[in-house]
Amino acid sequence: MDFTLSKKHEMARTLFREFAEKEVKPLAQEVDETEEFPRGTVEKMAKAGFMGIPIPKEYGGQGCDVLTYAMCVEELSKVCGTTGVIVSAHTSLCCDPILTYGTDEQKQKYLPDLASGRKIGAFGLTEPGAGTDAQGQQTKAVLDGDEWVINGSKIFITNGKEADVYVIFAVTGVVEKRGKQIKEISAFIVEKGTPGFTFGTKEKKMGIRGSSTYELIFTDCRIPKDNMLGQQGKGFGIAMHTLDGGRIGIAAQALGIGEGALERTIAYTKERKQFGRTIAQQQNTQFQLADMATKAQAAQLLVYKAAMTKDQYTQDHKTAYGVEAAMAKLYAAEMAMEVTTKAVQLHGGYGYTREYDVERMMRDAKITEIYEGTSEVQRMVISAALLK
Amino acid sequence: MKIVVCVKQVPDTKGGVKFNPDGTLDRGAMLAIMNPDDKAGLEAALRLKDQYGAEVTVVTMGLPKAEEVLREAMAMGADKGILVTDRVLGGADTWATSQTLAGALRNLEYDLIITGRQAIDGDTAQVGPQISEHLNIPVISYAQDIKIDGDSVIVERQYDDRYHVLKAKMPCLVTALAELNEPRYMTPGGIFDAYDADITVWGRADLKDVEDSNLGLKGSPTQIAKASDKVRKGAGEKVNLDVTESVDYIVGKLKEKHVI
Repeated sequence: MDFTLSKKHEMARTLFREFAEKEVKPLAQEVDETEEFPRGTVEKMAKAGFMGIPIPKEYGGQGCDVLTYAMCVEELSKVCGTTGVIVSAHTSLCCDPILTYGTDEQKQKYLPDLASGRKIGAFGLTEPGAGTDAQGQQTKAVLDGDEWVINGSKIFITNGKEADVYVIFAVTGVVEKRGKQIKEISAFIVEKGTPGFTFGTKEKKMGIRGSSTYELIFTDCRIPKDNMLGQQGKGFGIAMHTLDGGRIGIAAQALGIGEGALERTIAYTKERKQFGRTIAQQQNTQFQLADMATKAQAAQLLVYKAAMTKDQYTQDHKTAYGVEAAMAKLYAAEMAMEVTTKAVQLHGGYGYTREYDVERMMRDAKITEIYEGTSEVQRMVISAALLK
Repeated sequence: MKIVVCVKQVPDTKGGVKFNPDGTLDRGAMLAIMNPDDKAGLEAALRLKDQYGAEVTVVTMGLPKAEEVLREAMAMGADKGILVTDRVLGGADTWATSQTLAGALRNLEYDLIITGRQAIDGDTAQVGPQISEHLNIPVISYAQDIKIDGDSVIVERQYDDRYHVLKAKMPCLVTALAELNEPRYMTPGGIFDAYDADITVWGRADLKDVEDSNLGLKGSPTQIAKASDKVRKGAGEKVNLDVTESVDYIVGKLKEKHVI
């Protein structure tokens, strides 16, 4: 087993770090304060190829692996959690299901624009009554001639109003399974501007405040029959499989937030003096930093392992990576929350102010324990695999 | 059009500077980056490639690890990379370096050669013009803009208070300023391709029409008497005065030293 990154991965990290420091970090505080989507940064990321890292070149992507993509989200999130999740939701939740389940025509139609960043992607599964219980879907799609007619709404949609292409889920019927009537869910691709597709309220969030979280409303929204993604009735599986991949992106975001908070805390504790010496010279600080770094390192190993396992899946279409992804997300999210909380504590009163990045990072960290499957869901996924 | 860009791996000024006992830089022990002027030269070449279509070859001379800057250049969009490396070439000053690079360039076809104005480790600005002398082609230095006009190149050459517009028939050598442009980022896919690509490695035997007496430390007329890191200044004088008194104090000191 070799824990050394290849030279190309090291160079990719250098690129992501340089970009993050130069283009993203200077705006992070402003993006948080104004809650404005960093459109300019997304355009720069598109130019640098960050919006299609694991998408094959034949579809306009970069043709890199999932590990490189995870490292990109990690480095961006070290300085700005908002920017990290924009890339993650776009890549994992929109590009990936189209690549995995799309027909050749759908891939040719949507992926080049998405992978090049000319268009932004989003994913709509959650509804007011369907969070962890995705079976609680109320949004319906009915076939009328050559069109699906969608009615319903989706909430908490990342990249909400800024996206151009949406992968959404709707009930297309009822089927009997083991004597029970269950909803048949299907996946669809919906484009912005389709009549009947509008936006509801913008969420005012605790963290990742620039990420444009909106409600999507479908009122007699007609889309071509060909815009069904995958087979009819396979939507639940598509959603779950997509989220398995998405969790690697969110785990990488959480990892980056934790690492970013650690970096800032190391720098701060070496400067801040109390009782005539820096607080880094106090043993309590040293022990806290040691714990934070150890957990961040453990999280990194889990995230990279999950990413590399998904890379294996890309090669053989067999290797399962759901448990690895769940473990990575569970651990990295809880690490991010713990490390950012300690970071604020070690910054003292200053850490509680918006002048210091760790305050924002602590708020950004919380969502990683919630979206794309709460920590409780991750524990369900992991334990189900253990006990099956 | 064929463009050759000469780049140099230089110590990152953010890292520490280390010297060999002979006074030359210990490059193996330092963090390294692509020299900023060279990177601007590469970006200029890539823009010409985007605009007019061109094959961009990047050449560097250095230790085997200088391969990294070639991969970086290819990840930005260069087509080929050539590393000139050989123990006998080590310790070269600008004369021996330009002889070496000219020897390598004689193996290549080119319409335009672009080098950086100067490297941040030596700051001589000599290698580019010297190469043009060895190859007997025109040189335009300090380029702040480069355009192609048929078989010629039109360059804005920066001066302190003005710029000159010069036109030269190709083949021609241009030295680029870091201010020329904002170099593009590598792309992740470009990095993967760059590491899958082969780098051509040339040694002494591959250099064309160069005498041994012009190569390496022995072929370098420059003698380094002594080299050192930045000399630390003393702590200076500290005074605690209010604003008005401070100004008077400083003005008094400057007068005392006949500065004003």
